[in-house]
Order: sequence, then C-alpha cells, then structure tokens
Amino acid sequence: MAYKIDDTFCTGCSACEPECPNQAIYEKSGMFYIKPDKCTECIGSFDDPQCVSVCPIDDTCIIDTDYPRYVAA
Amino acid sequence: MASMFEGGTVSKLKPIGGIKVEVAGQSSGCGTTGGAGKSSCGSSAGPDDMPPEIWEKVKNHPCYSEEAHHHYARMHVAVAPACNIQCHYCNRKYDCSNESRPGVVSQKLTPDQAVKKVLAVASEIPQMTVLGIAGPGDALANPAKTFETFARLQQEAPDIKLCLSTNGLMLPDYVDEIVKYNVDHVTITINMVDAAVGEKIYPWIFYDHKRIHGREAAQILTERQMLGLEMLTARGILTKINSVLIPGINDKHLIEVNREVKKRGAFLHNIMPLISEAEHGTVYGLTGQRGPSAQELKEVQDACAGGANLMRHCRQCRADAVGLLGEDRSDEFTQDKVDKMEVVYDLDRRREYQQKVEAQREAQVTARKAALAAQQPDDGMKVLVAVATKGEGKINEHFGHAHEFQIYEVSASGTAFIGHRRVDHYCQGGWGEDDVLPSIVTAINDCHAVLVSKIGACPRDELKEAGIEPVDAYAFEYIEKAALSWFMDYRARIAKGEIVHKERGDAAIRQGAYLAA
Ligand code: SF4
Ligand code: SF4
Ligand code: SF4
Repeated sequence: MAYKIDDTFCTGCSACEPECPNQAIYEKSGMFYIKPDKCTECIGSFDDPQCVSVCPIDDTCIIDTDYPRYVAA
Repeated sequence: MASMFEGGTVSKLKPIGGIKVEVAGQSSGCGTTGGAGKSSCGSSAGPDDMPPEIWEKVKNHPCYSEEAHHHYARMHVAVAPACNIQCHYCNRKYDCSNESRPGVVSQKLTPDQAVKKVLAVASEIPQMTVLGIAGPGDALANPAKTFETFARLQQEAPDIKLCLSTNGLMLPDYVDEIVKYNVDHVTITINMVDAAVGEKIYPWIFYDHKRIHGREAAQILTERQMLGLEMLTARGILTKINSVLIPGINDKHLIEVNREVKKRGAFLHNIMPLISEAEHGTVYGLTGQRGPSAQELKEVQDACAGGANLMRHCRQCRADAVGLLGEDRSDEFTQDKVDKMEVVYDLDRRREYQQKVEAQREAQVTARKAALAAQQPDDGMKVLVAVATKGEGKINEHFGHAHEFQIYEVSASGTAFIGHRRVDHYCQGGWGEDDVLPSIVTAINDCHAVLVSKIGACPRDELKEAGIEPVDAYAFEYIEKAALSWFMDYRARIAKGEIVHKERGDAAIRQGAYLAA
C-alpha cells in the first residue's frame, strides 16, 4: 500500500517531504523515508504520486512490493 | 500571460538602460558614495544619476557593484537543497554544477545553524555585507527554511543585506514575503524567453502538483519568471538576471532575453558561461554540449552591453561560499567549527572597518582619475590586460600564487572590467609547475600584458615567448591606475619603434566550477 524511497539513490534534497499530502515522508540523518502506513499513493489527493513527480532522481521513489497496492477506502 | 506592468510604467526603479552601476563600461568604478563631484566618470549615468536609495542598496554589494567586489565579501548558506525544475546543465545528484562545486554536496544547514554561521562569519570578517540563499537547490522551492533564516537574521544582524536566488517558478507567490523580510536583491536565472528554446534546456518542471514536460513546461516557466520580475520591479526590489550561455542553444537568443528583462525593470544582467564536463554527469556534459570560449562569451556580452547593465565579475560561486568574490573561506566555518565558536556580534567594529574600506575606495578613484588625465587622446586602440589581485582593488598577488586573473580592457579613455579567468596555481610548494604554465597562457591568451606584484624568471620568459608581457613595475598600485599607466608606456614604446603592436587570439574558459580542486 505504499511507495518507498531507495536510499541508494536519494540525495537527501528534501523536495518530496513538503509535497506529501499525508506527511508520510520524514528525514533521518540526512536521508528521507516513507512511513508505509501513512502513504496513500496519493490516491484521492492528486493524479500522480507527488514524491515521484518532484524527485529529481528517476526510480528513487518506487512502489514497495512488500505491501499490497493501496485501495481507497 | 497579460502583463500589468508592460513597459515599466509602474516601475519604481529606473529601467536598466538609464542606470549604470559600475559594471563594465566607461563608468566603471565612478565614485564610492552618492553625491557631488563625480562628473568625470564618463558620459552616461553613474551613481549620481541613480536614485540615492538604490545607490545605497548596491554600493557595498559585491555582486552588484564591480568596484565593491574588490572590497566587500558575501556568503551563501546552503539551507535550500530542494529544487522544482530540472536543467540539462545540472546533475541533481550533486549540487548545481553551474553555481557550485560539482561532486561535493555542500553541508546542508538548518535555519538555526545557518544563523549562527552568519553571525560567526560576520564577526570574523567585517567586510561581509551580504548574505545570500542560493541553493544548492532553489531558495523558493524551500520557502519555509529560506524565510525563517531571513526573519531571524533581520532581528539579529540588521546591517547585513539579504538576497536570494531562484529559478523564478514560484517567485510570483512569494513576492509579498520577500518584501516583508526586507530582502533587497533577488537573482533570477533566466536562460530563455521562448519556450521553443526553453524545451532544449529544461526537460521538466514540477508545478501545481504535476510534473510537466517539454514546451508546456518551458512556457509556464517563462511566464512565471516574467511575472515575478515585473512584480519585484513594481515593489522596488532590485533584480539581477543570471543567464547561462549555452552555445548553439541560446547564444543569439540571450540578446532577446536581455531586451525582455530590461523592459521589465531588471537592474543587472549577468551572462555566464556554461560549465559542462562529462564527469559532472549532466545531460549537456554527457551529450558533449560544450561551453563558450572567452571570445564567444565577450561577443554576447558586448552585444547586450548597449541594452543593460552587464555584470562581468560573477564567479559562479558555490552555494556555501564565504568571502570576497574569487576567494572561499568556507573551510574555516564548517559546522563543527561554528558549533564551538563563541559568537559576539560587534556592530561597531564592523562599521569602523567599513569606514576604512570607504577611504580606500576613494583613493582608488583618485588614482584612476589622475592616470586618465595623463593619457594621450583616444585613437580607438584597446587591449586586454590580466591582473593578479587579492582584493582591495590593488595589484597585490604574486603570479605563482594567483588562482584567477581579472581581465580589464584598457584604452586611452578608461578601463573596463571584462571578467576573470580561473587558473591552477603555478607555484606549488616553492617550485614552479611547468605543466601548469601552458594552461595559464591559454587562459589569458587574449591579453597583451599580465600585471602582478612579483613573478619568477622562468614564467617570465615563457610569457614573453607567448607574446604576453609580464609586468611587475606597478606592484601594490591600484588596478585601474596601473593598467592605464602601463598602457601609456606601451603606446610610448610603440611610438618609439621599440615594439610592434599585434592583435591577440582567443582564450579558453577553464571548465569546472570555482575552486573545483
Ligand atoms: S525528492 Fe528524491 S532525492 Fe530528494 S529527498 Fe526525496 S527521495 Fe530523496
Ligand atoms: S505517494 Fe503520495 S502519499 Fe505516498 S509518500 Fe509519496 S507523496 Fe506521500
Ligand atoms: S554566484 Fe555570482 S551572484 Fe552569486 S555571489 Fe557569486 S558572484 Fe555573486
């Protein structure tokens, strides 16, 4: 049900953090992470996942396959 | 987008064409204070013709005044890492390669840390008069951090001028905030005013919660930039436009950019060379898009010079630079060091120091006027000279220690600052580095002479061989005065038949951002 940030690519630029409609993104020692239980894949908020759209590095914000896709309530 | 301010009618600032700050041109360096007695500084407008409140804003700003940049220092704090557009000359894995050192991510600071660092530097370096937020991303893509830093500095260091740099995408939304925190200078990077050009520079923008590509993206960007510029002009905020010259993409187009920004009240236009190397991993670096040569850069700058105040002393500094332009003392103020410092902000000591600087600037102007008065009538001959300086407007650097040369155009009617050329140190631990010398020669190959405080026998001979005259006769004199005196002497030697005047070739602009070591 969530996106995750691949920390081998993340530059720590922080662009994604304020864009998330659910405050699911947080910083930990200079790197950024997504709380899977808060991420809604932006469904119901925006057409595209905001973290993916703003991130300057392709394929850094990706679907976390450990979780099933998010389904709007 | 319909423009409310077309033609600058609502503008509180005098449009660019009417004002000459001491950038290149005849009025370069005319006086240090507003007021009377500056009538000799060329035909066009000088500080006297500028509204006093504007002169007050620019006279001590190293980026806005070519003369001030010898004396006053600026610093940048890297509180703004995020960006909202993508440029082909930038690899976001690192800091922006055109405005900061590629490959080394600068220390990100919280507003708290940034404020402490500014206070520490300002106490240590009294000539530090300007604090800028210029990245490593975009100041207005990080509005919370940018404006918190400004709000606190306004309280704690009220004599420091604040400025910010932006790509302009979010500018219209933050003009009120910029006014509220008394920010007096805004730099907007504008590389195009036509989306057909823009789509070759910007692959995408993030705007209104969407990633937008291609021509549509460039169209939005240019509209937002123009609107933002008009709004700032209407509110009396000084603006500097930075344009990156990308050969084959926007070189000719920059003349149109110059016209459009001038029309909207931009105060200064700074055309800087593209920095592009494969190892930076930028799209341009990887596709082999080259940067301009010194002559190509000067051609575009000269083509624009009639239309606007051109800034030629920009160093494309890092987002965390500290010091005079061309100098970087950021290593003295790393986070660990700042954390341990006891900071006492001494306003009086700063003022006292700045008064000394003013006296020096007056002396520099007097020396230049005297040298000008001694010249023969101008017959149109112009040459370039390279100068080694550590600041204070003097020839006070050893050839072997120089990491950049400043280039001046000299004629019988005056001197004009053209730009600076970065070089590797010739002198390494007491030994001249012979493989470095050819690259120095290439960097100043368009110059007839190089003015230094001292130079060793070896490089002296090689420079002569290359047709560049090494000159140490004017050591510790003011630059403009020395350049004019040398020029007079040069003409005299030609007249006596001792030497023959030859044209010089083009020079290379060294790749790699400032202090790329
Ligand atoms: S936008 Fe991308 S690179 Fe920047 S912090 Fe977020 S995940 Fe990392
Ligand atoms: S997909 Fe949307 S909700 Fe999930 S982390 Fe990214 S921005 Fe937040
Ligand atoms: S990058 Fe250019 S504008 Fe910014 S401080 Fe350096 S010289 Fe000034």
